[in-house]
Amino acid sequence: MTAGSNQPRLDRRAAIRVLLAERGETLVVTGLGSTTYDAASVADDERNFYLWGAMGGAAMVGLGLAIARADRPVLVVTGDGDTLMGLGALATIGVQAPPNLAIAVFDNGRYAETGMQPSHTDSAVDLVGVARSCGIAAALDITDETALADFARRAQAMTGTLFARVAILADEPPRVLPSRDGVYLKNRFRRATGVK
Amino acid sequence: MSQSVDWRDAIFAALTAADIRQVGYVPDAGHARLIERCHADSKIRAVSLTTEEEGIALAAGAWLGGQRCALLMQSSGVGNCINMLSLAKACRFPLTMRGEWAEFNPWQVAMGSKTQAALELMDVLVYRVDDAADAADTVAAALDIAFNGGLATAVLLSQRLIGAKKWVKE
Repeated sequence: MTAGSNQPRLDRRAAIRVLLAERGETLVVTGLGSTTYDAASVADDERNFYLWGAMGGAAMVGLGLAIARADRPVLVVTGDGDTLMGLGALATIGVQAPPNLAIAVFDNGRYAETGMQPSHTDSAVDLVGVARSCGIAAALDITDETALADFARRAQAMTGTLFARVAILADEPPRVLPSRDGVYLKNRFRRATGVK
Repeated sequence: MSQSVDWRDAIFAALTAADIRQVGYVPDAGHARLIERCHADSKIRAVSLTTEEEGIALAAGAWLGGQRCALLMQSSGVGNCINMLSLAKACRFPLTMRGEWAEFNPWQVAMGSKTQAALELMDVLVYRVDDAADAADTVAAALDIAFNGGLATAVLLSQRLIGAKKWVKE
């Protein structure tokens, strides 16, 4: 469904808590902007890799990581704007079909960072349909916490690529800013996850 | 110029010697044999991309997970990478890319003639290979500075090299 439709939506900070509260061994990649603040609002975990730029890149960072770490679940949490900028990534991921990659797109149909301008998902674009068309069969449209909690559980024991479009409210909760030092974020991630 | 060394085989050998485990590419006739060899190697995951910038992010993710990634692209693909290269720059992700000069099509010339400048604009270290005999050493040096030095590095395979052989079809 598009974000502009009249459907229930989740609070984004409640949603991220559901996704990350019991993350187990999950490695997390977030997209620039709001989903980075969301993840940091739960806890600044060393196994989070926050993107502060490289818009459109979150899902592909997740793919490279998922291929390299077949022993761990990888969760990408990003926004509709980041997903739209790198829509081809869903096609590439559909072809690669990594069994340990889950992508959750927080979709408010807005570019929240820049003044809440409508994104393409507000009107025409249905990301679940896009993901399915790209070959990601397990693509879910999530509008309540129960379904999201179910997705979070599935993502820890997945055997095939998962995609969720999570309908969230178009609001802007207080920013929680983790480090913007990319080298530090990279090195601590590798150290915390046992990469030499 | 040596005709005895197939530069694609030399580059493949350099990639495997450096333990490259992921190879992202947008298909290219010049690289075709190299791409096939990557697909045929069980230790390498060859990832076909829809656009070259996906490969920069793929390489970053691979490195976070402890694997080395190389990208294969045409010179026009370099232009598609510009903003995503900020990822390599901000985080000092190592990265190796192989570019290639484009041919007669004037639409390709705009990017092809600025490939090295575009890479250098984003602080990617650029090496060039003009002679097949130099391919192995140059790629090995680029891999070394990328993964041991932590720098984004590109090797441009020149038109002179690619023109040295007919590469239309195996």
